[in-house]
Amino acid sequence: MTRAPAAGQIEPRAGQLMPQAEQFEPRAGRLRSRAGRLLWALPPVALLAVFFLHPLYLVVQQSFRPDTGGTSLRPYADVLASTAFREALWTTVWLAMASTAGCLVLGFVLALVIAFVPFPGAKTVARFVDVFLSFPSFLITLALLFVYGTVGMANGAWTDVTGAAEGPFRFLTTPWGVLLAEVTYFTPFVMRPLLAAFSQLDTAQLEAASSLGARAPRIVRQVILPEALPALAAGGSLVLVLCLNEFGIVLFTGAKGVTTLPMLVYSKAILESDYPGACVIAVVNVLISVGLYGLYRVVSRRAGA
Amino acid sequence: MLVHSRAGRRAVQVLFLVLFVPLFAVPLLVVLAASFATHWSGVLPSGPTVAHYRAAGRGEALQALTTSLVTALTASLVALTVGTWAALAAAALPRRWRRVLDALFVLPVAVPSVVVGLAVLVAFSQPPMLLNGTRWIVIAAHTVLVTAFAHQSVSAAVVRLDPAYEQAAASLGATPGQVLWRVRLPLLLPSLTAAAGLCFALSMGELSATMMLYPPDWTPLPVLIYAATDRGALFAGSALAVVLMTATLLVLLVVSRLRTKASYR
Repeated sequence: MTRAPAAGQIEPRAGQLMPQAEQFEPRAGRLRSRAGRLLWALPPVALLAVFFLHPLYLVVQQSFRPDTGGTSLRPYADVLASTAFREALWTTVWLAMASTAGCLVLGFVLALVIAFVPFPGAKTVARFVDVFLSFPSFLITLALLFVYGTVGMANGAWTDVTGAAEGPFRFLTTPWGVLLAEVTYFTPFVMRPLLAAFSQLDTAQLEAASSLGARAPRIVRQVILPEALPALAAGGSLVLVLCLNEFGIVLFTGAKGVTTLPMLVYSKAILESDYPGACVIAVVNVLISVGLYGLYRVVSRRAGA
Repeated sequence: MLVHSRAGRRAVQVLFLVLFVPLFAVPLLVVLAASFATHWSGVLPSGPTVAHYRAAGRGEALQALTTSLVTALTASLVALTVGTWAALAAAALPRRWRRVLDALFVLPVAVPSVVVGLAVLVAFSQPPMLLNGTRWIVIAAHTVLVTAFAHQSVSAAVVRLDPAYEQAAASLGATPGQVLWRVRLPLLLPSLTAAAGLCFALSMGELSATMMLYPPDWTPLPVLIYAATDRGALFAGSALAVVLMTATLLVLLVVSRLRTKASYR
């Protein structure tokens, strides 16, 4: 039996490592029994169970319990048959896939320039990308409201120049606005692993290819891209999962026409108080996301990331 | 160097700026500019004012900022403790068990945060733990969400620890507790502070689970920003967003200073 050492048990002075021949116990910390080690892992797992796993189980349980009572597949039948759910599912999936594709292309191009065509300030840009990651996603939508909103910068410029009463940009409340926001917000998630991978790439390879007559597009295709594939796969699948789960961007867009699965969970539970329905959608959403995230873990482990 | 001709390099850099500036720099600048304005009907905002910041510094907004800070600090500290404990405990386990533990602890990353919110709401709206309507339900959800990230980054560092240090300490007679407190945790300090910064930033900006859970007397800043923009007060909302970004960055700066100190020790 071992217990977790509380901080107070170790006296500051006694903590000095005294080499005493009599007390020589090689690898004292390693000789614990297997049961002891498992017991050590128990407290955090218990906390996780109480605050996450059990609540998740309750969601699954509630999804089989319609408001009318009893246990049945009724909520599933109701939700899966509704057009609102099908539309939300389709919107979620295509938005996530399109955003991921956009992030991959944009992230690859930007990381390529930062790593291989360096310019003064490239380091600052790389650091800016890190800062960008620490901001919440809805800030992007808020900013886009000022840039492309009905009275924003782009429309303002248009009306100033042409004298028209209204500007042409009104895609913000459509799925395209969400797509633009998601590509903007999630591209740094692709750039970071790519920049890490590029920093390990031996530039001698590039010089060799170049001195043998390969031009830049060919070097990118045949030397850099193969090296970047694991990072692209890992970053891309992470972004795909994050896009499937994105809520803030869609909520801030405020478009009635754009409903994704997380948005539907929110509106069913909070606005309609239909908990069984919300739980059904939650279960579907979790299955999709966890399945994809499992894939991401396998891919990134294989890539050694 | 990929592009050798000067003209080619210039062209690539121009392409980079054309992509980078409108997509990443402009949004942040626009929010900053809007927070000082009252109108935006042309290319540039008009009606300069600091009234939004004055409003952000008192009453409801100030309370929301402290709410966010308290929530993020509590959630980060608990998440760091639990996540580090789990990472260290997992490292001592046989391979198969370690995998199970790691999978359990990263699960909250994959589960949509709205669903985490829903699950916490369903679980703690009924006895024996009736937390619904208190601040603790928000803090609990934030903790669950960020623990996964804390665990991930600490366990990545635990794997890279050189076992020679702890073996040396143990062979010199240090108890397991001393090895942990005087050898392993100090070696892990850089990644612990990095994880703390990550947890704090995530919790400060967390909106999805919070929207499902927040009681009226515990409204974090992101919820208030949403409420402001939802009723059309975009400029006041931007000022609140700038306050949120600044508070997050300040804490991250302090944390990163801690980190450089730790890594030079």
